[in-house]
Amino acid sequence: MQSFLKSCTALTIALVFAGQAVAQEALKELGKGEGALNIVAWPGYVERGETDKAYDWVTDFEKETGCKVTVKTAATSDEMVSLMNEGGFDLVTASGDASLRLVAGKRVQPINLDLIPSWKTVDERLQNAPWYTVDGVHYGVPYQWGPNVLMYNTDTFKEAPKSWNVVFEEQTLPDGKSNKGRVQAYDGPIYIADAANYLMAHKPELGIKDPYELNEDQYKAALELLRGQRKLVGRYWHDAAIQVDDFQNEGVVASSSWPFQVNTLVAAKQPIASTIPEEGATGWADTTMMEADAAHPNCAYMWIEHSLKPKVQGDLAAWFGSVPVVPAACKGDELLTDEGCKTNGFENFDKIKFWKTPTSKCATQGDQCVPYYRWVSDYIGVIGGR
Amino acid sequence: MTLAATHPPSAPAILPSSGGMRGALADLFWRRPRFLLVLMLAPPLLWLGIVYIGSLIALLMQSFFSIDEFSGLIDRHVTLKTYGDLFQAANLDIIIRTVVMAALVTLASVAVAFPIAYYAARYARGRWKALFYLAVMLPLWSSYLVKVYAWKLILAKEGILTWLLARLHLGWLLDGWLALPYVGGSSLSVSATGTFIAFVYVWLPFMILPVQAALERVPNNLVEASSDLGASPGQTFRTVLFPLALPGIVAGSIFTFSLTLGDYIIPQIIGTSRLFIGMAVYAQQGTAGNIPLAAAFTVVPIVIMGFYLWGAKRMGAFDAL
Repeated sequence: MQSFLKSCTALTIALVFAGQAVAQEALKELGKGEGALNIVAWPGYVERGETDKAYDWVTDFEKETGCKVTVKTAATSDEMVSLMNEGGFDLVTASGDASLRLVAGKRVQPINLDLIPSWKTVDERLQNAPWYTVDGVHYGVPYQWGPNVLMYNTDTFKEAPKSWNVVFEEQTLPDGKSNKGRVQAYDGPIYIADAANYLMAHKPELGIKDPYELNEDQYKAALELLRGQRKLVGRYWHDAAIQVDDFQNEGVVASSSWPFQVNTLVAAKQPIASTIPEEGATGWADTTMMEADAAHPNCAYMWIEHSLKPKVQGDLAAWFGSVPVVPAACKGDELLTDEGCKTNGFENFDKIKFWKTPTSKCATQGDQCVPYYRWVSDYIGVIGGR
Repeated sequence: MTLAATHPPSAPAILPSSGGMRGALADLFWRRPRFLLVLMLAPPLLWLGIVYIGSLIALLMQSFFSIDEFSGLIDRHVTLKTYGDLFQAANLDIIIRTVVMAALVTLASVAVAFPIAYYAARYARGRWKALFYLAVMLPLWSSYLVKVYAWKLILAKEGILTWLLARLHLGWLLDGWLALPYVGGSSLSVSATGTFIAFVYVWLPFMILPVQAALERVPNNLVEASSDLGASPGQTFRTVLFPLALPGIVAGSIFTFSLTLGDYIIPQIIGTSRLFIGMAVYAQQGTAGNIPLAAAFTVVPIVIMGFYLWGAKRMGAFDAL
């Protein structure tokens, strides 16, 4: 038994060390495709027309380049990080709460932007974004982004709510009934940042500079706000389909949400709209990153170039309810329509604080921040009524 | 190998080797029966030992590690700190909530399943019996998720149950119940009551079948003798039927109790979003990357079920499986 345990330990250690790949130079020039490409992506991010024929941005790529695309979907950022740590993939569509972890763990390699002709078409607001650019080196190329909007029922709210207070503080809604039991909040610890974002505007004395960088006092205040919110919230959402159902059958009238649910409900002819209140909102921005020792680097570069085509960007944005990173995609895409970018939040970029992983090291609070793992355990407590 | 036995008596006592690879193997197996046994048992034992127990042990080992408070990285030094974390108020809440729910679901399952099983074991015959089995098994054929989502719709604020109660002018009853602490919420589908109903529905077949099996083994003449000797039906139930069916009930309760203890999908779809043990494991290992705490959480149901099975064995539950 003991020798078995020992070999387990040895294996674990071996795996840990195998994970420490050496940082390397970006590719200098492109060669021929290797005939295959493995991507870790969010569900719905790499579609080959299997769900709906109109949404297909893989088949053409395979025909053009001969790179056969294999997709492994991951449901959470943490799953993405662990898949990338296992290795064997070429690309990953990492969100801001995963991308820097991948860079820090040296699991991804710098990208040579000269090899990507479409780079100059990328939204300038994203070109040097801090969640994938470290010391001026680009560890990826933006893929899509989107805001966490305030979704509301237009029968209840004749005018769009101006503030997030409709979900944070008990009050009588315009239809004369209390908001108790009629609002929802996101079932993920990262939602603490939404509370911090609200406090940033309403309690300036706390001195919150960045909702992802909270010192002990600011963090406590955010949790206090969320504990009050627990009394208003019947169910926290994390499955988009369940939230859609709750807006239809459960009498929920306001919640933080994604454009995806808003589009789904609007398509189902429900009285639903969304807004970004005056406090601004949190949001996510995803980056296509390349593994440190990718087996198919040429195909990977070809995919990155392909992913920036306006058609791909527009179709993807229409499918996922997100915003293209190439502004040219906002015009003339059949599936997205010319209204699509605005609906999904294109003009609200400045109001959005993009997701990133909270760590104890933080610039705005003198490295005295509460790290993410405490966000997790405390948010569980908040939902449990503690 | 049985050649000698089936051949006519004129066959020699010692057969010549049958030759070839196959023959040599057959001879080896015949001469060393243990070798054959080992060969046949090895794959399942390896499966059990490495894949099943091995992965459990790898998981349990994780629970003795801890998470570094500053970097969030796993500290691979053996410590009991993670188990200490289980006793933090929020985590203790999760454990108590889950165990109470599992116990209530089990009791309710017994109450619902017993009359059904009794009818099936004592009265249903022929075609009715087939129909009974079909009715009990039918829900198991459809996907678990479909059933849970169906219940979400039934229990929703604008669902059929609320509508029905309103029609019957019993809306006040529902509202009164939902206003209660712990069991209430803004509608049945976002209350602990809703979670409870869905659990009972989903696990009920696992209770009915063992109870029915146990009841079928209770000899009819014992029940008759009991009433012949002047016992009232209630007395017969308490002193004859129930004790004899108890192993079946305990066997069924192992299923309902352990399944509720480990489930993380039902409370996620129907309920107040307050975590159960399964959901806590999922959240800690998935979102938080706190694998030690997730592993420690998984030890809780293992320990609880260990005691439960030990008690169940003493009550003779495994005779009825």
